[in-house]
Amino acid sequence: MISFRIVKRAPLPNWAKVVIPIIAILVTLILSAIPILIARGNLWKSYYYLFYGALGTRFNLLETFVKASPLTFTGLAVAFAFRAKFWNIGAEGQLLAGAIVATWIGISFNGFSPFVLIPIILIAGFIAGGIWASIPALLKTKLRADDVVTTLLLNYVMIHFMGTLLFGPLQQPGSSWPRSPEIVEAAKYPILLARSRFHLGIPLALLAVIAVWFINKKTVLGYQTKAVGVNIRAAHFGGINTTSVIVKTALISGGLAGLAGVGEVCGIQYHLLMDLSPGYGYSGIVIAMLGNLHPVGVFFAALFFSVIIVGAQSMSRMTGVPTYIAEVIQGLALIVMLIAILFTEFKIKVVRK
Amino acid sequence: MIRQIFEISFITGLLGATMRMATPIIFATLGEIITERAGVLNLGIEGTMLMGAMTGFLVTMSTGSLWFGVLMAAVVGMLLALLMAFLAVYLGLSQHVSGLGITLFGTGLAMFIYRLHFGSPTVPPTVQPFKEVAIPLLSKIPILGEGIFVQYSLTYISWIMIPVVAILLYKTHIGLKIRVVGENPFAADTVGVNVNLTRTLSLVAGGAFMGVGGAFLTLAHQNMFLIDVVGGRGWVSIAMVIFGNWDPLKGALGALLFGFLDGFQLRLQALGFHIPFHLFLMIPYLLTIIALISVSRRAVIPAGLLKPYRREEKGG
Amino acid sequence: MEEKTPVVEMRSIRKEFLDVVANKDIDFKLYPGEVCALLGENGAGKTTLMNILFGYYANDGGEIFIRGEKVELSSPKDAILKGIGMIHQHFTLVPSQTVLENIIIGAESEKGFFLDLNRARERVLELEDRFGLKVDPDAKVWTLSVGEQQRVEILKALYREVDILIMDEPTAVLAPKEVEDLFSTLKSLVASGKSIVFISHKLHEVIEISDRIVVLRNGEVVAERKTKDTNTKELANLMVGREVLERLKKKKAKVGEPVLRVEGLTVLNDKGLEAVKGISLTVHEREVVGIAGVSGNGQTELVEAIFGIRDYVSGTISVRERSLKMGKPAERVEVGIGRIPEDRIETGLLMDLTIKENLILENHTSPEFSRNGLLNHARINDFSDRLIREFSIKASGRETITKSLSGGNLQKVILARELSGKPGVIIASQPTRGLDVGAMEYIHNKILEEKDRGAAVLLISEDLDEIFDLSDRIIVMYEGRLMGEASAESASREKIGLWMSGVAK
Repeated sequence: MISFRIVKRAPLPNWAKVVIPIIAILVTLILSAIPILIARGNLWKSYYYLFYGALGTRFNLLETFVKASPLTFTGLAVAFAFRAKFWNIGAEGQLLAGAIVATWIGISFNGFSPFVLIPIILIAGFIAGGIWASIPALLKTKLRADDVVTTLLLNYVMIHFMGTLLFGPLQQPGSSWPRSPEIVEAAKYPILLARSRFHLGIPLALLAVIAVWFINKKTVLGYQTKAVGVNIRAAHFGGINTTSVIVKTALISGGLAGLAGVGEVCGIQYHLLMDLSPGYGYSGIVIAMLGNLHPVGVFFAALFFSVIIVGAQSMSRMTGVPTYIAEVIQGLALIVMLIAILFTEFKIKVVRK
Repeated sequence: MIRQIFEISFITGLLGATMRMATPIIFATLGEIITERAGVLNLGIEGTMLMGAMTGFLVTMSTGSLWFGVLMAAVVGMLLALLMAFLAVYLGLSQHVSGLGITLFGTGLAMFIYRLHFGSPTVPPTVQPFKEVAIPLLSKIPILGEGIFVQYSLTYISWIMIPVVAILLYKTHIGLKIRVVGENPFAADTVGVNVNLTRTLSLVAGGAFMGVGGAFLTLAHQNMFLIDVVGGRGWVSIAMVIFGNWDPLKGALGALLFGFLDGFQLRLQALGFHIPFHLFLMIPYLLTIIALISVSRRAVIPAGLLKPYRREEKGG
Repeated sequence: MEEKTPVVEMRSIRKEFLDVVANKDIDFKLYPGEVCALLGENGAGKTTLMNILFGYYANDGGEIFIRGEKVELSSPKDAILKGIGMIHQHFTLVPSQTVLENIIIGAESEKGFFLDLNRARERVLELEDRFGLKVDPDAKVWTLSVGEQQRVEILKALYREVDILIMDEPTAVLAPKEVEDLFSTLKSLVASGKSIVFISHKLHEVIEISDRIVVLRNGEVVAERKTKDTNTKELANLMVGREVLERLKKKKAKVGEPVLRVEGLTVLNDKGLEAVKGISLTVHEREVVGIAGVSGNGQTELVEAIFGIRDYVSGTISVRERSLKMGKPAERVEVGIGRIPEDRIETGLLMDLTIKENLILENHTSPEFSRNGLLNHARINDFSDRLIREFSIKASGRETITKSLSGGNLQKVILARELSGKPGVIIASQPTRGLDVGAMEYIHNKILEEKDRGAAVLLISEDLDEIFDLSDRIIVMYEGRLMGEASAESASREKIGLWMSGVAK
């Protein structure tokens, strides 16, 4: 009789941490052939347009970077929270909180220079997202309310709050659509490369990657976040104020998600609208996992995802495979990555009896 | 306006809406209770419900049989549960992340398959949905009768399932196994209970409930599939499991509470207040959070929840 | 007895874990109607061997015969069907469920779809009568004493009609009186024809209860003796593999000022019941006070309250006249309490982080290691390297992930962290539980060194040898109260044992 058992393995060397996500991505792409075939798409054509659509022309390539910006922010947001085992599934709502505040400032603060207004919006958007995330953090630490459930439900609260605003005080006068007025010119992110939408939010995302890396590696907070995440009881025993660490983690996590929302309003749409985010907050979870919760990993995972999202558009146009293939691939990527991570710690042992 | 709220037709309507809106939550809550009692948190619930909603709709569209649609929704729920079992039980991956993976995958797949079949029509296709069935005699009770006892068959089934699940958990051998596996998998293993198999079966049973809960949304509550048709009801159900302290009866009561809030906001909308309807939509979620907070300090979580079980963790 | 065919025969059993060979081709036999003791130190491979017999671990080599028939035991279920039952050291009960539910779960005799509690209750009561195992079948397990819980475990096995019973360190959690009860139960079991494997490292118990003794060391059988032909001294040497060291020399020193003072402390356990009932005690400079007692008599709660990780209902805790607040572990670090928790893995260490990250847990915010929220990695590295050297922690370096260390080295990491600040007070809770003799000696010497340096030491241990070896003063805790106190010279084992069973002088 042959049976399989999962047993611990000796720790893998560091290069494995880079190689394993790459293998996971390759496996995901191979598995994606199944839905493509079901949709009667031609495989080679589909993969070709997936990558051509994302990387093939200057415009497409820059569009991929544009998409990568909010994904990097939400990925960082989730990764930072997960490191402390604060299960922030609420990046979507925090993103919207940032977007709402950015819109409000963007339409009501007239006569400022962009050099003043954009920093104000960034700070305000960060704080808005941070505060929205700190609510479930406080509920978790003070009242022991499950953070998964509260962060998720607060997403719906925020969506409907945004709906209330867009059908109320923030609605464009004279319009019946749920859409805000356009933000003032000074609030718009500058476009950094001509004939594209490559805006300020992209370098900001890179800056955020560095900032999070710095916090993780070099600061007391980064150390405490990690300690709380691996064993909250031992962290408390060691004298760390765990409540304060979780709330600070939530503030930063939510703030990063808020900046994703700021970027969508000030860099892309210039309005607030109901479908501002096609689920960037949820994609952030996959990106965080795919990036192994490491900021640099998150950045590359976000890039990969924007390739999929942008590429799926042209693949869909050329082959008729529905664009939702992008969502399917995201889900697959998470599952495959999870399994891949497992094999960094365990191996399958064949037992013959 | 306020006077309208106290009129009989409003109350009857509200009772009816409460029962209707509670139905998918009851199914999903019962499913999640079985699953969590066995020690697995299934955050795949939201995606499973959406797949159930889509499958039920699609199968009914193509076969014309509502009940076959419901059945296939249950089957799809079970299949997704098997995937969850593979990840969270057999591989022992983080239940949190595995479940979210299932939800993302299920959500993407549901939308993908729907688009594949229907393209992007300007007017969404519809099915002939379930009809309400009046229970003889009971439905004649003044005020209450028409509100409570004129419901879809699936709603009645959801009521029957409440005691069925309770009896299963508390009065049967398999129920005892489920509870022991959820409290102390090591104990279960040492008396010869197959921990992983028990957990898998619980997940599969729970998945069927979630699938049916989703199908109710497209085959009874509405007659079409929209991508936001589930709208967080899966997450609400998770909150209701906690609210009900992992007990089928109390969990179902929580579901009724949510159904009431949801029904209430629907009725209020129907009265035509000049307030954005999104404000009403917000209420059930907010109150669910408050309900969750009210019980969280006292919650007695199954001790084995979130803990994958693996032998040979340590040497001796 | 040797003429009979063995009920269990294990031939060259091999079991490898990640980095250790736990069983190196072990041969083991169990004869009908005997108590065979499996004697060995922690880590000798006793439990592993029996877990293989119980189908819990898969062996990497060797064969098992039950009543002469070769068997494949791939799960406990297989073992139970062959009549093998095992009672693990950590009980496998569900506290929130009743005794009856715990007993019948998964039993083969339970047919049908619905539970038949009445029939099951009758059978359980019958078994209770037959073997003198009194326990209320309808009580929730969490309301039972440890002794009663052990009876439930035995009933669980008997309910499955096993005739081979493995007991892993069954006396570790029992008071002397309960041990007597257990032994009489074991004798009645053997009288009814059952065979018992008794895993232990306690020599006098093994001598008292067993017919035959198999000694394991480092995963190998080193000796087998008939109990009547051997003695504790021989067994001790066989078990440890060298002449056992003489007793530690604790220097008699003049105690100094009172340092740690606990007054009228009342603490609740997780169930909200009073676990510590108005305890007062004082520990002086250059003094080791040992708290003896069977686990579960409030020691854990007492220690957690002093550690600052459990709130208390009333009372005060002070160090050198400074009163400490509840729930403030950081304050304990500040006033200089070195805390060695009983649960190294859950409370003491960040197992997934590096050794270095564990060493700085308590002082990473001190000006030495961080400024303006930024860590000074250079200093942290120096500090870690120094401690790893000083406490001879066996690891490839400061960046080694803590969970890859052995039990003894894990404890050394905690010691290094807690003693590096030269604390005035040291509280060591079960400091050597589960460690091998080498690590134990190291830790005992360290504690005595610290005392000589001037520290006030509070030692909590269920190991009476440890208490007697290290303490200047011995206190016994029973059901949340202090049963009695004696100086180390005036205390006798008998008196302490009685106190531990709740019998006053």
